[in-house]
Parts: sequence; C-alpha cells; structure tokens
Amino acid sequence: MSAVTAETPIAAPNGWVRRFAGLVRQVAGLLGSVSLTFLGLTCVTFVIGRVIPIDPVLAVVGDKATRSTYERVFKEMNLDRPIYEQYFIYLKKILHGEFGTSLMTAHPVLSDLLRVFPATLELSVSALIVGVCLGIPLGVVAATHNGRWPDQVVRYGSLLGYSMPVFWLGLVGLLIFYAKLGWVEGPGRIDISFDDLVPTVTGMITIDSLIAGEYETFWNAISHLILPGSILGYLSLAYVARMTRSFMLTQLRQEYVLATLAKGLSPFRVVWVHALGNVWVQLITVIALTFGSLLEGAVLTETVFAWPGLGLYMKNSLFAADLNAVVGGTVLIGVIYIILNMVSDVIYTLVDPRARARK
Amino acid sequence: MSNSPLRTGAPTGWRGWLLEPAPLSRGQARLGRWYRGWLGFRRNGPAMTGLIIVSALVLVAICAPLFANHDLAFTQVLEDRLQDMSWAHPFGTDELGRDIYARVVFGSRVTLTIVGLVSIIVLPVGLCIGLPAGYFGGWIDSVLMRITDIFLAFPRLVLALAFAAALGPGIENAVIAISLTAWPPYARLARAETMTRRHAEFIEAAQLQGASSFRILLTQIMPLCLPSVIIRLTLDMAGIILTAAGLGFLGLGAQPPLPEWGAMVSTGRAVLLDQWWVATIPGMAIFLVSLGFNLLGDGLRDISEARSG
Amino acid sequence: MTETLLSVRNLRVVYPGDDGDFRAVRNVSFKLGRERLGIVGESGSGKSTTGRAIMGLIAKPGRVEADELRLGDSDLTALDEAGFRRLRGKRIAMVLQDPKFSLDPVMSVGKQIAETHRHHFRSSKAEARKAALEMLEAVHIRDPERVYHQYPHQLSGGMGQRVMIAMMLIAGPDILIADEPTSALDVSVQQQVLAIMDEMVKSRGMGLILISHNLHLVSSFCDRVLVMYAGQIVEVCDAGKLHEAQHPYTRGLLAALPELGRRRDELPQLQRDPAWLADLPAALGAAT
Repeated sequence: MSAVTAETPIAAPNGWVRRFAGLVRQVAGLLGSVSLTFLGLTCVTFVIGRVIPIDPVLAVVGDKATRSTYERVFKEMNLDRPIYEQYFIYLKKILHGEFGTSLMTAHPVLSDLLRVFPATLELSVSALIVGVCLGIPLGVVAATHNGRWPDQVVRYGSLLGYSMPVFWLGLVGLLIFYAKLGWVEGPGRIDISFDDLVPTVTGMITIDSLIAGEYETFWNAISHLILPGSILGYLSLAYVARMTRSFMLTQLRQEYVLATLAKGLSPFRVVWVHALGNVWVQLITVIALTFGSLLEGAVLTETVFAWPGLGLYMKNSLFAADLNAVVGGTVLIGVIYIILNMVSDVIYTLVDPRARARK
Repeated sequence: MSNSPLRTGAPTGWRGWLLEPAPLSRGQARLGRWYRGWLGFRRNGPAMTGLIIVSALVLVAICAPLFANHDLAFTQVLEDRLQDMSWAHPFGTDELGRDIYARVVFGSRVTLTIVGLVSIIVLPVGLCIGLPAGYFGGWIDSVLMRITDIFLAFPRLVLALAFAAALGPGIENAVIAISLTAWPPYARLARAETMTRRHAEFIEAAQLQGASSFRILLTQIMPLCLPSVIIRLTLDMAGIILTAAGLGFLGLGAQPPLPEWGAMVSTGRAVLLDQWWVATIPGMAIFLVSLGFNLLGDGLRDISEARSG
Repeated sequence: MTETLLSVRNLRVVYPGDDGDFRAVRNVSFKLGRERLGIVGESGSGKSTTGRAIMGLIAKPGRVEADELRLGDSDLTALDEAGFRRLRGKRIAMVLQDPKFSLDPVMSVGKQIAETHRHHFRSSKAEARKAALEMLEAVHIRDPERVYHQYPHQLSGGMGQRVMIAMMLIAGPDILIADEPTSALDVSVQQQVLAIMDEMVKSRGMGLILISHNLHLVSSFCDRVLVMYAGQIVEVCDAGKLHEAQHPYTRGLLAALPELGRRRDELPQLQRDPAWLADLPAALGAAT
C-alpha cells in the first residue's frame, strides 16, 4: 500500500521523469565513448605532429635557426622528456586550447582557427540546407517509384554526383557560370570593394550584412556563395538522396505499410507520414555524416574557390610546413566530428520511442 | 519441375538446365546461381557500363604504350606549350608541352597502382581485426571494436592530409595515409559476417575435430566473408580514387613528373580560363573511372542483395 | 446462407518472372455471407495472396484477374486504386499476423487507431480520439487512456493484436480478413484474441475470412472451410463435416493431426501427388 502511494507520483506525469533519467544515463555513457574517441584522436595527431617528423624542432624553427634557438625550442617542446610524458603535456595543452603558434601567421593557432571557421561554416551549412531539403524528397520519390524513371533519374543523378571529384566540378562550374556566362561572382567570399564594410558579429558575411542592414553586401556575398554552395549542395544531395532511398525501400517492405494501406490511407500519407516517420531516425545520422564530410571536403573546395575558411587555411599551412596549424585544424575537425556523432546519438534517442525504452 | 503447371513459358535446353529450380547436383546449383547473377547483371545496363569502363581502365593501364607514345607523355617540348586540341594532340598539350592524351593514358597506371596498393593493405588489416573480434567475442571484441570505432569517427580526408603532410608528399605516403583511414568499415563488416557464422554447425564440427581457432578462421570463416568484403571494396574504390586524386590535387600525392590525374588538374588551374582543356580533361578521366567503379559496385550489390533476400 | 457480402469467381493472381509466369492463385471462387469462413493451406498455397487480392493490395508486377469480384454492390474488378482506397478500412479490413511488425513503431497506438477514423469519417481530432478510446474498450483493453499513448513495442503480443483489431474495425467494415491472426502469439492468448474477434464479428454482423495453416483452429472456429493447395481450392466443406472430406490432400492433413487418446508410433507423412498440381475444373467453390 505504502509502496504504491510512494511510487505513483513519480511515475504519473507521463513518465517523463523516468525518460529524463534514462536520457541522463545515456548521455553519461555517450560521454564515456566520446572521451575515448577524443583520446584516440589526440593520440593520432600527437603521432603526426611529434613522432613522425624526423626532427620536430626543425619543423618549427626552420633550418636556418641558430644552435641556441634550436636548443631552446627543443626544451620548450619538452622533447627531452619520455614520450608518454610528452603526450600528456600535449593533451593538457589541447584541452586548454593551446595548439601552439602558427608559423605562417605568427598568431596562436586557436585564434586563427576561430577566425577562419565561420567562413567554412557558412559554406557548409548552405550546402547542407540544399542537400537535405532536396535530397530527402528526391530519395522518397525514388523509393516509391522503385525501378521506374523517377527512380532511375535520382539514382543515376546521385551516382554521377558522388563520382565527381569536387575540385574538378568546382573548376568546371567556375569556367561555365563565372567565366563564360557571368551569372555568378568568381572566387572568394566577397568583392574587394565590399571588404570590411560590415562589422563582424558571427563571422558569416551573409548574416552579418543582414544584421548591419547592408543589403548590397549581402547580395554580393550571396552571389559568391551560390556556386560553391550549390556544387557542394549537389554532392550532399547525392548522398542524402541515396541513403533516403535505400532506407525508404526497407521501410516500404515492412508489414505496417501493408497494414496502413489496408486501413484505407492514401499511399501519400503512408509514405510521407508513416514510412518517412520511421526513416527520420536513421536520416539524422546521415545528415550528421554529410555535414562532417562537407567540413573535411572544405580543404578541396576552398582551395578551388579561394574561400578563406578552415580548409584553405589548412592547405596553406601545409605548404608552409606549418605543422602546428595543420594538426590544430585536424583536431578541430575531429572534435566537430565527435560532437556531431554525439548530437546525432542524442537526437536519435529523442526521436525513436524504441531507443528511449532500451536505455 | 520445369513442366510444373504452376509455371508457364519456362525456358528449356541448357538455359533450362541452368535455371532449374530444383538442381540435381551441387555443380548445377552453383553454376545456376552464377548464371542467374549474370542474367541480372547483364540486364542491368548501367552495371555493364561500369564493368566496361573498369575493364577498359585495366586494359589501358596494362597496355599503355600501345595506346599512347611514352615520350609524348614525359618529354617537355616547350615550343608546343598549351596547344589546342588537334590531330597530333587530341586533348591538347600542357604547360610544359607534353601531350595530355598520352599523360592521361599513362596516368591510369598511377591510379590503378594506388587503388591496388590500398586494397592490398586494407583487406588484410580489416580481416585481421574483424575476424577475431567476431569469432572470439568478449573483451577481444570490445577492445578491437573500440579501436575501430575511434578510427571510424575520424575525418578521413583531413587525417589522410595530415598524415601525408607529416610523412611528406609522395605516392607511397598517400597510399599509407588513405589505407590508415579506410580500413575500419572492413573490420566491422568482417566482424558482422563472422558473428553470423560463429555458431554454425560446420564450425562446431571443425572445433570438435580439434582444429585451432586460427585454422578455423583462415579456412572456414574467411572464405565466406570474402565476397561481401570484396563487394564493399568495389563500392569504396571510387571513394579511394577520389581521395587519392584530392591528395594529388593538393600536391600531396604522386609527385611530378608522374602523370597523376589530380595533380594534372591542379596544374591546369592556372590556365583554366584560356586553356580549359588542361585542367578539365584529366578531371574527366577521374570522373569516368570513379563512375565506372560506382556503377559496377552498385550492380554487384544488387545481385548480392537479390541472392540473400 | 444469409445475404452474400462478397462473391469471388475465378480469381487469378499472376507474377511474371525470369523463368515464366508464376500463378500464385488459380481460379479461386467462393461466396461469403455473414459467416466465418476459413481458408487453410500450407505456406505458399496462395491463401494470403487471395486475401490481399480481394483488398487490391497485390504489389506490381503482380496481376489480379477475375471473372467476378463483387463486394456488396460494388464491382471490384472495375475499381481503380482510388476506388479501392475508399473501400479499404471502411468496408473491408485486414488483420495481419504479427502486431510487432504490422503497427507503425514510431506512432502511438492511439494515434494509429484514431487515424483510421479521421480518414474515413473526416472527423475532428477530439472525435477520433473518443472513438479510438471506445474502440480500445470494446476490444477489452482495461486502461484505454494509458494504452492510447503507448508505442507498439511497449505492448504484449495479445494487446498488440487487440489494438490491431480495434484499428481495423473502427470504421465499421462489413468484412474482416484475418491473415494468421494468432500464429505469432503465445498459445495462452490465442484463444482470447479469437474470442474478441468472434465477439466483434458477431455483434456487428460482419463476415470473417480466417486464413490459417492450422486446420484445428480453423475447423473449430469457422462455419465453413476452404482448403487450398498450390494456388487452387481443392476442397470446400462445412467445418463440422471435415472428417467427410474427399480430397486426398485434406485427408492427409487430417490424418497427420495428432489425436487425443490414440498413440501412434509414427506420425504419418503427407504424401504429395503431382497430379494435385493440375488445373482443376474452374469454379469449384462457386456453387456454394
């Protein structure tokens, strides 16, 4: 009797307390695996930055350094300590956001990364919006027309998409739409004449110019953004549409689809509400992966479009033998990857009633 | 059964024998399965296109000197710089006066080498991690899969880039960098395949006979895992080619004067607006080859799905 | 027999394939009144396909042909997809085998039941909800308010099947096709689910087609039994007179059933005669 009265108030409010507790437990487990992945990532970048280069000091000071400079840097980099100690020092520094100083810009790598990242974010997010908003409906249509022409168009359209080297597609796009047709602006984020017109708030020019009310700047930025955005958008669309199609095909074979049809619902509702409702859960992971690949693909696209973001920064550091900057960029993208995985896992549990129950 | 009243218009003759729903011998069953697969594949026009493209790539790579003149590809003829397309130079010439057609032909060797080397590294690594993980389970599985998950969560291109940067540019280092980031999916696949078979009766029979775990993995389980792993590899081929070309484009892959397609696109960038073919043609080659592998892999997957489902 | 709800004459379902056309259902004919009709047969005998063909749920490239397919006053052979859609759920409904798979896993069960109501009666959310709760009560679910918000994976098999019945009957169909409705359930709840189904069918004056591989179940539950083999009806008989069955296949099935109070050293194996595969004269069941 007393047990019943004691338990009822907790279980009563739709079980959301229990659900919340489950979520907390899940997040805790997730954090465990996330930190493990993070350790792995830092291990690998440590190996890249400190172990592989035959002489890491030389990579920092350059080969024209004097003997005394060399020795000072050798000490500073703790190269006289045992390797595991070096790793822990390295890990501590990364956790404090210290990636060292960039040779190329002479700024701390972290401040460089924070400065260039918004440009990359602006481009990737626009591409992701294109990819998701077009890719999901196209994938659904392909699945419902399995084997017929809309399916073939989507299937081979997306197959073409991810057979294309992005840097080549970018060049061809520039050649046609910028050089020959003149429909869009060329490389770069914005014309020089608009440089520094709007105060930096988010670092994303399109948003900053809207905040400042500088519509001319905004349209110029859009005109620069549209070509790389749609090219990357097409490539993400290819992946999103393909995955949506294959998930939908699996769902459309399920018994519940037959049952909902037997209830008399229209195929439209069966497909877009019931089957797609079941696919969302899986699509979250796909969207996170797409976003991740957009970020890493930035190294190539930003080189082609002279887009001053993280990718171009890393590429330039690479050729300046600026290993601190390269490793810093790698860690940043790696951490974003880890966060994306984590976020998609959490959303997954929020969306799927079955995952909520599983704990 | 071919005259079963349930069916009408069933084939006869050797096709009937191959398509026999109730084969009389194991050989007939196996041949029949292959034939059915081939029938599906042949009807799949795009997959056939893929097969033709990939075969053409292999043929061109092996017999490159038959298709193009070696000297044209490597000798610099500065007075012939940046020539437009002509009979002498079907795809024009590059900034050092080398024939682009010949360079594209010889470039197929570089591409095929990279793809081949990556496969040779990735397959055994994936199997070595995935097979024991799936077979033994327990803590071995946990440890191996944790490691795999960690690698799987890494940004592939960026990591390959960082590796290539640390190791120094070059074709071998590009291969190592790509392989280091490409193996995890194979380990996972091999593990999953092994787990479905771990408790099969023929495995237990082998265990009772006293076969060692190593022997069982090598002779019983691995051959069964190989087909799906190979299909997966075909599907990944295009991605490997694109990654390799991307590294080449950034200057981290094969070094000059090797005719690597990605690097050729990169050098053509400087003259893109006036001599468009220098950058565009090699890129087209990359596109065509990766498309070929994608089409082929897609077709193979269709068949394997039809067989298992 | 009472008025005819459904009449089927020479129903054929054909799947074209690599190695010729496959005739899944051949010249099936029967009439259904306000009664419980059983269709028995082994897997692959075409019994489920028959049920789906009547509901217009045969996926392409399968083809459905019939000399007559009539539901009350509507001719199903002349119906297009939109026409079928108006009938499904409203006049003819179907319960599938396993509620674990036949309910949408990411929608609460109450919503799924209400959805049928909203679709067929264009009702408001509140009306549909009320109707769904009533329906849950009608299938003897004790706490409808709670179950309404639950998801399919939270229900037991028996509960799931009751939800399924509620979902299918909420729009008041004349005919219910139950395709192996109890095969996925525990033996203990099989009888409950059948009893609920029986109660619903009787109180609403519906016709029921019970499709099953289980001869015992069908003969004890139904009024009449059709026996299917290889896509054809090989035998029609009243459930009570099953022991008088003529066709060797039916007799074989009967003989294979274990019987209380009789020990057998060896269970007889069903011997199949290739001659059973031959096309039977059309319209065997049409007369009944």
